Amino acid sequence: MGEKDTIKKIREKQADWEKKVYSKAVQENPERKQKFKNLSEVEIKHLYTPEDIAENEYLSDIGFPGEFPYLRGVHPNLYRGRLWTMRQFAGFGSAEETNRRYHYLLEHGETGLSVAFDYPTLYGYDSDHPLARGEFGKCGVAISSLVDMELLFHGIPLDKITTSMTINGPAAIVWAMYIANAENQGIKKTQIGGTIQNDILKEYIAQKSYIFPPEPSMRLIVDTFEYGYKYVPKWNTISISGYHIREAGSTAIQELAFTLGDGIEYVKAAMNRGLAIDDFAPRLSFFFNAHNDFFEEIAKYRAARRIWANEMKKLGAKNPRSLWMRFHTQTAGCTLTAQQPEINIVRVTLQALAAVLGGTQSLHTNSMDEALALPSEKAVRIALRTQQIIAEESGVTDTVDPLGGSYYIEWLTDKMEEETYKYFDKVERLGGVIPAIEKGFFQREIAESAYRYQKETDEKKRIFVGVNRYKLDEEISIPILKMDEKGEERQSHRLKKLRKERDNGKVQKNLSRLRKAAEGEENLMPFILECIHSYATLGETCDVLREVFGEYKEPAVF
Amino acid sequence: MNDLASRVVNGDHRAIGRLITMVENDEPDAINAMKEIHSHAGNAQIIGVTGVMGGGKSSLIFELALAYRAEGKKVGIIAIDPTSPFSGGALLGDRIRMMDLSTDSGVFIRSMGTRGMIGGLTSSLYDVVEILDAAGMNIILIETVGVGQDEVDIVKIADTTLVIVVPGLGDAVQTIKAGLMEIADVFVVNKADQPGVEQTVAELESMLDLATHIERRTPIVATSAKEKKGIPLLVRKIAEHQEYAKKNKVFDVRRRQRYEAELIEIIKKRLMNFIFDEAKLKRKVDCCIDQISKKELDPYTAADEILGIMLK
Amino acid sequence: MVKKIRVLVAKPGLDGHDRGAKIVARALRDAGMEVIYSGLHQTANQIVNTAIQEDVDVVGLSLLSGAHMTLFVDVVTMLKEKQMEDVLVVGGGIIPEEDVPRLKKAGVAAVFGPGTPVDDIVCFIKKNVKR
Repeated sequence: MGEKDTIKKIREKQADWEKKVYSKAVQENPERKQKFKNLSEVEIKHLYTPEDIAENEYLSDIGFPGEFPYLRGVHPNLYRGRLWTMRQFAGFGSAEETNRRYHYLLEHGETGLSVAFDYPTLYGYDSDHPLARGEFGKCGVAISSLVDMELLFHGIPLDKITTSMTINGPAAIVWAMYIANAENQGIKKTQIGGTIQNDILKEYIAQKSYIFPPEPSMRLIVDTFEYGYKYVPKWNTISISGYHIREAGSTAIQELAFTLGDGIEYVKAAMNRGLAIDDFAPRLSFFFNAHNDFFEEIAKYRAARRIWANEMKKLGAKNPRSLWMRFHTQTAGCTLTAQQPEINIVRVTLQALAAVLGGTQSLHTNSMDEALALPSEKAVRIALRTQQIIAEESGVTDTVDPLGGSYYIEWLTDKMEEETYKYFDKVERLGGVIPAIEKGFFQREIAESAYRYQKETDEKKRIFVGVNRYKLDEEISIPILKMDEKGEERQSHRLKKLRKERDNGKVQKNLSRLRKAAEGEENLMPFILECIHSYATLGETCDVLREVFGEYKEPAVF
Repeated sequence: MNDLASRVVNGDHRAIGRLITMVENDEPDAINAMKEIHSHAGNAQIIGVTGVMGGGKSSLIFELALAYRAEGKKVGIIAIDPTSPFSGGALLGDRIRMMDLSTDSGVFIRSMGTRGMIGGLTSSLYDVVEILDAAGMNIILIETVGVGQDEVDIVKIADTTLVIVVPGLGDAVQTIKAGLMEIADVFVVNKADQPGVEQTVAELESMLDLATHIERRTPIVATSAKEKKGIPLLVRKIAEHQEYAKKNKVFDVRRRQRYEAELIEIIKKRLMNFIFDEAKLKRKVDCCIDQISKKELDPYTAADEILGIMLK
Repeated sequence: MVKKIRVLVAKPGLDGHDRGAKIVARALRDAGMEVIYSGLHQTANQIVNTAIQEDVDVVGLSLLSGAHMTLFVDVVTMLKEKQMEDVLVVGGGIIPEEDVPRLKKAGVAAVFGPGTPVDDIVCFIKKNVKR
């Protein structure tokens, strides 16, 4: 009762303030823009007060960290207990080269590994496939077989460190390689921890590294959920991603809505198979972007936690761990500029800070040279140091959800949740996520946002330092990563040797068994593992699945 | 023989591409080549593919093309997309579904913008069909824009017209506006992997029951480009229609109508070019328009004057 | 006579990043050009054959995966073999400055890196179209 009166009083006083104080200030210092709209086109007011969040009940809507609705965090003491994992996405050239980079990063304080694969690997082709021409090792490490996986993790204790692998189309197969490598080292499946991205829906929508059509791809994913919770319990069998959706040009609200929508779709698919939600849901993880609008990003992560907790509850989850939206964050690659690359360090710092204030479980910070090439050693070291400074020197880790209660942040969090549910409705009316993908709905939304962003940039409605203001006419001269030119040749020899020296009879037998299983309904993971253990290559294994499942062709959506 | 024309007749893709550009741009140099190739054309079967956007026309055309290639036939594909009335530009994205065919020398795919022409077609379409025909294509598939009432124009040029309907895009009957019922030589219920197929087929059948003025009962074929189903049946129904048309002289009538339309199109273009490009006449025309705006002259008298000058 | 500039926007190789290519395609359309978009995963053969059939004035290659030295050069080489040197070839994506001179020597007329205003691309094409 008293609260309502307080709000009324505030409103009255604010009207007073607007008339007498604020309007005078605006006359002296006219506002720099007609409307202040954030990147999601939400109009931001000059001031937020308790009135803006008057509807919020602390106990039911905001709550405590570690308790439903998890708005303030999934861990009760977050960074006070354990800092986020510093996990730098890395990979280039051949497995040996990347192994050296992993050792470098671990020496300099990173606390988890993250593997970037090259395009042929992402599409399930061996390094010597004709389509791999020119692509070997260029944007990630080339992994064609278990041999490469062994080299990639040489000297790294897989029972002591977790690994995230950004792989989607052939995720099940690459995961099998990781598992097989660990087993060969005497490490049990129950001891290894990590994540496979394995999020095919966003491939169709944004990243485009799909292989098979939606239905068989979903089947493979549910196979990994099932295999994971039964045999590899410490493994996150999916990283439901918004990062790529954002990089493709979406707004923060679209990133939030489309990612969580995809997540719900995966849960439903697994439940349709007969899996119990509380068995697999605790191992679902998420992956978000950390973009430029500082407060919007923080609000986004918070809203994501609350929405996910609510949706999982609706689907019948009882285990608290099923309600946790745990996420990895990467700072926004698309915001980095080729011009004046050093200033990217500043951008990444702000973006990383937003992720930390949003409560991320693990973080990758981009390097300053990423609009030019893959990161050099120095650049990636600075990126890592950025995280370490935030962790050790800024004090933001001293308390949980420091921005909770901010009138602006709580209002924006609510607003983003509201807009997300509008998108959920839209997709529902289109028949669900997969029909919406086939109708090009997400792709169109993203293309529109991307185009609008470009127009605003070109028309200088949004300023990007060094790009459309504060430009510098200089030669860009920072050291660019150079890769070993002999890598591709070595890989080619390695593959030839492998194909000669392995037991080809066994390989063929295992591939046949995989084909048969793929035509049926069994869980494919054991069959894939068998193939991998006998040193079937990535390409050979994927080719079998390509034959059975077919290949996906996307529609043209602008 | 005109060099360009002879290269076209020999099936040289580069020459075909060039000549198409020239007719689209109304280049006078194209006319001699067009004159020469006409006698080499007339053998191809022209199949028009029309229907709402989102109907999967491009994928279906891709599957049809594959089927015809398997029969050893050469296939030409014309994919039409709308030209923006504001910018005059166009995003031609139909080809993306057919890129697996881009290295098959027995296939020629050309993307075209409507360039201001309503009717879902382009004014140079007759020329392009003649070019592909003369170049040796056995089958020419034309994918129209597929928006609204405008789709009916395809019947002027196609020997066989397919109308694509999709289940689940609302009431299938509603999507067939007046006119499409009559022009369909074959109804294709595409995306038959989606729910609602039987209902859509039933709706079409009952519409056909009521359309007593149509001579031949239009066949309905359910296809799924995704699952590659129904294509052989579709190919058969198209062939059956061809046989029927040839037997009943419908084919000859339609062809004649097509050439009539083509001739009208060429004359119209020439007349308009003459009136609006020829300097002396253009001045007269501009002057008339000013006078009409000021109510000093009425349009009919203006036309009399202009035509009077022309015919002198 | 109505002459439209016809452009093929192509994604060679396995790179799946199409945000830029699509934005450029739209911008060129808004500037009055007819734009054929090739879609993803195109080989040099596919790109050149498309360029021939569509009789394009410009081929725009977009690549962010680092494979440009091989794949862009493949396309330009093949265009030369087919005597299509009058086709303007431009490129964009993640291409280090130091690679640009070699690309230009091979026949790529211009490389538009990250941060290029789309109008620059439109202007360049309008000014340099050879036919």
